[in-house]
Amino acid sequence: MTSWPILSVVTFLPIAGAIFIAFLNDDPQGARNARWVALWTTLFTFAISLLLIWRFDPSTADFQFVEKRPWLGGAINYSMGVDGISLPFVVLTTALMPISILASWTSIQRRVREYMIAFLVLETLMVGTFCALDLVLFYLFFEGGLIPMFLIIGVWGGPRRVYASFKFFLYTLLGSVLMLLAIMAMYWDAGTTDIPTLLHHAFPRTLQTFAWFAFLASFAVKMPMWPFHTWLPDAHVEAPTAGSVILAAILLKLGGYGFLRFSLPMFPEASQHLAPLIYALSVVAIIYTSLVALMQEDVKKLIAYSSVAHMGFVTMGIFAVTAQGIAGGIFQMLSHGIVSAALFLCVGVVYDRMHTREIAAYGGLVNRMPLYAFVFMVFTLANVGLPGTTGFVGEFLTLIGTFRINTWVATLATIGTILSAAYALWLYRKVILGKLEKPSLFNIKDLGWREITIFTPLVILTIVFGVYPKPILDFSSASVTQLIDNYQHALSAVQTAAQTASLGR
Amino acid sequence: MYQLPTLVPLLPEIVLGIGAMALLMLGVFRGEPGGRAIDVIAIILLAIAGAIVIGLPPGKLTTFGGSFVVDDFARFLKVLALLGSAAAIVMSLDYAQRERQQRFEYSVLILLSTLGMLMLISAADLIALYLGLELMSLPLYVVAASYRDSLRATEAGLKYFVLGALSSGMLLYGASLVYGFTGTVAFTGIAQTAGQGGTGLIFGIVFLFAGFCFKVSAVPFHMWTPDVYEGAPTPVTAFFAAAPKVAGIAMFVRVAVGAFPSIATEWQQILVFVSIASMALGSFAAIGQRNIKRLMAYSSIGHMGFALIGLAAGTSEGVQGVLVYVAIYVTMTLGVFAVILSMRRTTGMVETTDQLAGLARTHPATAFFMAMLLFSMAGIPPLAGFFAKFYVFLAAIKAGLYVLSVIGVVASVVGAYYYLAIIKAMYFDEPAEAFFAMPYELRVVLGVCGLFNILFCVYPGPLVGVASAAAHSLF
Repeated sequence: MTSWPILSVVTFLPIAGAIFIAFLNDDPQGARNARWVALWTTLFTFAISLLLIWRFDPSTADFQFVEKRPWLGGAINYSMGVDGISLPFVVLTTALMPISILASWTSIQRRVREYMIAFLVLETLMVGTFCALDLVLFYLFFEGGLIPMFLIIGVWGGPRRVYASFKFFLYTLLGSVLMLLAIMAMYWDAGTTDIPTLLHHAFPRTLQTFAWFAFLASFAVKMPMWPFHTWLPDAHVEAPTAGSVILAAILLKLGGYGFLRFSLPMFPEASQHLAPLIYALSVVAIIYTSLVALMQEDVKKLIAYSSVAHMGFVTMGIFAVTAQGIAGGIFQMLSHGIVSAALFLCVGVVYDRMHTREIAAYGGLVNRMPLYAFVFMVFTLANVGLPGTTGFVGEFLTLIGTFRINTWVATLATIGTILSAAYALWLYRKVILGKLEKPSLFNIKDLGWREITIFTPLVILTIVFGVYPKPILDFSSASVTQLIDNYQHALSAVQTAAQTASLGR
Repeated sequence: MYQLPTLVPLLPEIVLGIGAMALLMLGVFRGEPGGRAIDVIAIILLAIAGAIVIGLPPGKLTTFGGSFVVDDFARFLKVLALLGSAAAIVMSLDYAQRERQQRFEYSVLILLSTLGMLMLISAADLIALYLGLELMSLPLYVVAASYRDSLRATEAGLKYFVLGALSSGMLLYGASLVYGFTGTVAFTGIAQTAGQGGTGLIFGIVFLFAGFCFKVSAVPFHMWTPDVYEGAPTPVTAFFAAAPKVAGIAMFVRVAVGAFPSIATEWQQILVFVSIASMALGSFAAIGQRNIKRLMAYSSIGHMGFALIGLAAGTSEGVQGVLVYVAIYVTMTLGVFAVILSMRRTTGMVETTDQLAGLARTHPATAFFMAMLLFSMAGIPPLAGFFAKFYVFLAAIKAGLYVLSVIGVVASVVGAYYYLAIIKAMYFDEPAEAFFAMPYELRVVLGVCGLFNILFCVYPGPLVGVASAAAHSLF
């Protein structure tokens, strides 16, 4: 289809930038160059990924831009490709990377080169995860992301960075290794790890159940779902701003993407039988973590818990397996990718000035920082799910999608929406509104040009896609429809087989 | 008429043997200090032997009435053992000069030990196996204690010798039982009659395997490892950690798969236990270690546990996994020891992990490669260590060893903790006083091992393919 391996270029271009940075001098001049190289690399990668969108054909559910090369020998190949489900995430990743680099422009002064290298390597691994069309390759990228993230949290993080980075690493690793074993079992059953082939392979029932749980172990930690979320607040709080942005906006999406790509289509029977478990965990996540968020004294922690709640909507929508539910899940992930990233960036803005994340340390910022107050308001409302923002579309779609399947789950989840309004508005009132009483805040400055550059595209995206979400929904609709068709088809095939078996007896 | 056995398959061993003796003479006549010349010649000899191993006619060659065999399996592991030994000599160059411990016997002993390894790897009957094993082990005992004035080194050597002798005794006893119940010492002969061996043969296998476990330092015969690793001079430890492990694994695999395929279910149980115990002990016991040499000892115990998973599967995929694992293990270990050898300040060598604090600031390149090697040891993709674990677990899953696999991966997560702790010291902590600049040859070893581990994922085909061919030559 394409004459040059565009996906490989998008994936590995950041690594090229990282290698270039590695040869820069270790002095202030080198640090400045490292920033610029990183920025240009990520911008260039983003531009190429836009080319992907332009050349992508949304009317078909097939994988596009497919590349295939022998790699590990046997049936394990280097195989890349995207469809309507994965491409939006690729673009989300490449779009947020330059923003993260810009956000670290002044706040990172120590070991700048290493920082930029870690981020660029991380970008390669994340894009690769979304593009991989081979399970082993997917695992390679998926798990490899731990290394740069571990270093980012541990080297440039807050006071409890060591604890947070270890917890993040070991927690995620434990979940993932179980998935690796399941991947191996699938390899021996199907004779290949080629994802397009596996999507149409009927796995035996017991293997489906075990593999489903093994994949759950990995994705539930990554997502994170309650009760596997405890690493997230620690990691978020300790990570530097850009680290939190990437963690919330992209790494968390790997879990949801994994459910859509693997759990649902490859283990349809297990997914159907175990969906109530997911519903239960999702509802608990939505309500419980919203309540927990209400009690937080740290801004980042509050947003971290709200992320867990929002991911609850995603899992709920995905496992409803209705057109609205899945489309809503994808939309919610993209929306959360933008909104939570922006919220963490907002926290970063005041943290850079005041070096504290205590909610109590702020108040009345609107008096000195009107622009900031406006930006923060947009994203707070998007986080709440106000109509007209992307947050609303995602939550609404997942809720109707689930309502058709299970009224109770949808009803309980709606309570979560109310709670999210409570904590988000409470946070906004405490930080932005009121009188400017704290002496330390008297001289705080409003957004600078760099920060305005960061926030403008995010504000525009949040509102434009909130009002007119059709482009994104159309983009993935063919793939979603096919996913649901295959799922229903697999289930009915099993049912027919069971019926013929019982008739035969 | 009596016919001389063909000596072609034996050529690498002959070169090493004659070369080692000639070097010994040279050393004696030149007198101490022998200087670097002997070390360099020793490395060249190892390289020649390696070239001959690769250049031998293809296919399966046997000689001495079938007791010496050269197949793809032997070729693969011989090259690996030779590489490990050569690297060990290279890494000792600077150390020996600096610590005024330059003795020409060191290189000669390593050559002789390597000769034993090659014999062991090719051994196809129990007598040849024992011969190779002892030829490998005796120089090891000596080099462990080679620094006579050091109390620790002497203790390590003595401990190693006593326990090693005990294990050799057990191995011999096991071999005699096997001979008694099958009536032959040749592996092919044993394979034919093993089915009727009964309980006596099982006893023989248990004793035999106990001896093997000692040599590869697998639980429950691992006790010597931490003490010897810590006590022996660091270049010697680097040598112990690489090449002898290769030979030990080779004999383990060849005996298990070559001599007892018909009673695989019996010995698989032993291996499942041994590998679970090794992985668990290697992971948990290392957590509390502050001395990096002891830590590497526990790490190697754990790695042997992982490698034996592949053997426990007992299939050709399993053996392929073992071979890939051992090859990657050697590169990781040598690389890490290159860093340990460079941990030197004005106050002398240091050995605790907290001395590495802030290495990323003082020696960024060293710290980077070290971190990558440690991540590789923890089995994190996309580094080579991941593929090592991938292949053994792949075989285990195919063989239905689910419990073993789950325990194995959980142990690997626990093990990741202490590797991370070292990385934490290097990257997160405030820098301690800088080490002396790394000697040139250590940089080369570290760089080669590090790049191998990082870039393995780009082009894994050759190693995996060769390992696969080697594994198939046993079945």
